[in-house]
Amino acid sequence: MIRTQGDRCIIFDLGDRIDADTGLKCLSLAQRFRLATLSGVTDVIPSFITVAIQFEPHPDHQNDPIGYFERAAQRFLDQPLDQSLVESRIIEIPVCYDIEYGIDLEFVAQTAQCSIHDVIRQHTESLSRVYMVGFAPGQPYIGIHNECFDIPRRHTPRTAVPAGSVAIANRQTSIYPNVLPGGWHVIGMTPVTLFDMNRAQPSLLEPGDQVRFVAVSSERFQSIKNNEA
Amino acid sequence: MGILIHKAGLFSNFQDLGRFGFQYLGVSVTGAMDALAHQMANRIVGNGSDVATLEMTLIGPQLTFTAPCCIALSGADMQATLGDEPITLNRPYIVRRGQKLKLLSFVTGARTYLAVHGGFAIEPVMNSQSTYLRSGFGGWHGRSLKKDDEIPFQVLLPEDELFLKQIEKKLWQTQLYLPLTLQRPNPNRDYVRVIASDQWLAFTPESLEHFLSNPWRISRDSERMGYRLEGPQLALSQPKQMLSEATDFGTIQVPVDGQPIILMADRQSTGGYPKIATVAQVDLPALAQRKPGDILRFKLISVTEAQQLDRSRQAAIDSFAQPLEPIFKTLR
Repeated sequence: MIRTQGDRCIIFDLGDRIDADTGLKCLSLAQRFRLATLSGVTDVIPSFITVAIQFEPHPDHQNDPIGYFERAAQRFLDQPLDQSLVESRIIEIPVCYDIEYGIDLEFVAQTAQCSIHDVIRQHTESLSRVYMVGFAPGQPYIGIHNECFDIPRRHTPRTAVPAGSVAIANRQTSIYPNVLPGGWHVIGMTPVTLFDMNRAQPSLLEPGDQVRFVAVSSERFQSIKNNEA
Repeated sequence: MGILIHKAGLFSNFQDLGRFGFQYLGVSVTGAMDALAHQMANRIVGNGSDVATLEMTLIGPQLTFTAPCCIALSGADMQATLGDEPITLNRPYIVRRGQKLKLLSFVTGARTYLAVHGGFAIEPVMNSQSTYLRSGFGGWHGRSLKKDDEIPFQVLLPEDELFLKQIEKKLWQTQLYLPLTLQRPNPNRDYVRVIASDQWLAFTPESLEHFLSNPWRISRDSERMGYRLEGPQLALSQPKQMLSEATDFGTIQVPVDGQPIILMADRQSTGGYPKIATVAQVDLPALAQRKPGDILRFKLISVTEAQQLDRSRQAAIDSFAQPLEPIFKTLR
């Protein structure tokens, strides 16, 4: 389905709920839009179920930008999924799950009716994927976790969640690149820097990357953090 | 050799058209709030649309030019004087070394743009010179200007009074015609044209009625990120959990408290609130000139009409300053 958001943004809906197939389709369509040389495109933004194309007026649109981009999307969607995307790079994210960092671990364990140990095991045992980066520079939305992590956001968001906090909600993990308000449940903290303007690739994680969370001790956490600084 | 800041004004920072292409990494577009005034100031001094200008909000700065240059102001009237002479908006001025530019507080509008021929020597970050205030990069050291900052020019004019006088004369003899789409809207016109979102019909009929017929007040905590509006409470017919997706400049979100927020230049790249409508691109510049406390109303137009207006506006921006081009060619 195609819809517009104002006069310079078109959104393609590729599903109506969060699942891995829809997410991959979105990533693939976004990548094809980004690699194609279409006229007037300013941004291509994937989410779990949509791809947004933002553009400025261009003569090649022949006064019909919606038709122009819809035809392109149809061409891209007719192609099979990009295998290089499906088998994209795997990035390990060290996380210290000590209670002093994972302030909501007990709540998550209670809600999921399992032990804290089980929560950590389930969070670290399988590969997950970055489907979207948004809200703040370098802030990833990673999924799609099993039912254990199907917990809605807090009713009242916290006004300041510390940088590096690893938080879950709705079968997803997000990591706060810096101190931000947030309503997700914090289960640990990573010592790595998610966004740094001075790196060749400022954002550590990009849409499509696969992620493995690796549990580390607080000593290891400190030594990685010291190395990052 | 550039501008030396004596008083920074309330909130003065460099902006171009925006940092496009990186929203998929969560990087905000930022850029000029009033992209029309920004582009007009640039075109009048012979620049392309995307060269950074100094965006000055509500109270302007006072500064000295430490090299000769050609400048233009566009946007809000802040009673600008060059030396001791008042200068008008949307005209090119040749400035001599040592001359002072003084802006006071706004008479109309909220934001004034200062462009200089050739631009300011600001290193682009992620392809843009715009200041990203929340993340502290881009523009001049990622921040608003302070007293004693000295920002160099990219291009220097020769210190040759005879030559400068010649250019000045040619500029004065050149008439610029502003088509209607480039003129400031009548200040008494308080409506902003919007395009309904695809969630339009998910709102209660009373909410839609209120949205279109009630006056909305721009709240005090409105700034570059978003304008918060005060008025009747808007609500969905049935509460719905939204999944986050891309937002755009002008998207009108309705959070749980029912008070709409218009997303502006420094908006976050994604958002998860219901959206009732989006401001037509062509009316964003006028909206950017509104201040906290101002009243506005919404008027619905179709996306096709909005795109048509957008195209005509852009074509006018691209052509109105053409008579000046031969003069700027002699400066290269």
